[in-house]
Amino acid sequence: MQIFNVILIIFLITCAIAVERTKDLLAAVIIFASYSFFVALLWLLLRAPDIALTEAAIGAGVTTMLFVGVISKTRRME
Amino acid sequence: MDDLIVRTVTKWIVPFIQVYGIFIILHGHISPGGGFSGGAVLGSSIILITLSLGYKKASGIISHNTSALLESGSIIWYVLIGIVGIISGNNFLTNRGSGFYMGEVGDVISSGMIPLITVAIGIKVASTVITLFHTIIEED
Repeated sequence: MQIFNVILIIFLITCAIAVERTKDLLAAVIIFASYSFFVALLWLLLRAPDIALTEAAIGAGVTTMLFVGVISKTRRME
Repeated sequence: MDDLIVRTVTKWIVPFIQVYGIFIILHGHISPGGGFSGGAVLGSSIILITLSLGYKKASGIISHNTSALLESGSIIWYVLIGIVGIISGNNFLTNRGSGFYMGEVGDVISSGMIPLITVAIGIKVASTVITLFHTIIEED
């Protein structure tokens, strides 16, 4: 179980670095959604299922849609 | 986004998302989740309709005025439930002392005012999410 935890945190750090390296803003938003998904899995492993539910709904769902809505109004490339 | 597959999948999947959101809201006091998570799920189902079927269709389901009315009405409902405690001679939001039905532990209709307040928070969060997204989308 600890191995799984470490693998999730490695994915998390990789996603966080990839978000700030990416020049394409739409790709950055999608990577940010996967970051939220890994955080939700970590909350589930830390035995906080209600926070995991909220993180999956807000972080991976609503925030991504708001960012995509804003990008459709502005430029896509940085 | 005018795509046949996206439109068809949206029409099929939106009722299930809404039933899941209402389930989370109504079981907020006996299982993980509650008003905020369920309201976010409900709001994101309407956002899905806006993204795939267009703003006209979504504003036919829930218009800007309706969503603003729901947002204000649910917080007034919350305050009125709290004032029941003051009227019966206790503090604001007093649960057992002001005579709400407590019921059995584990039932859906139990624990006094908590389900009523959770429903109010769910409607508030859902309409806030819808209003935010529609305010961004509609200016074109």
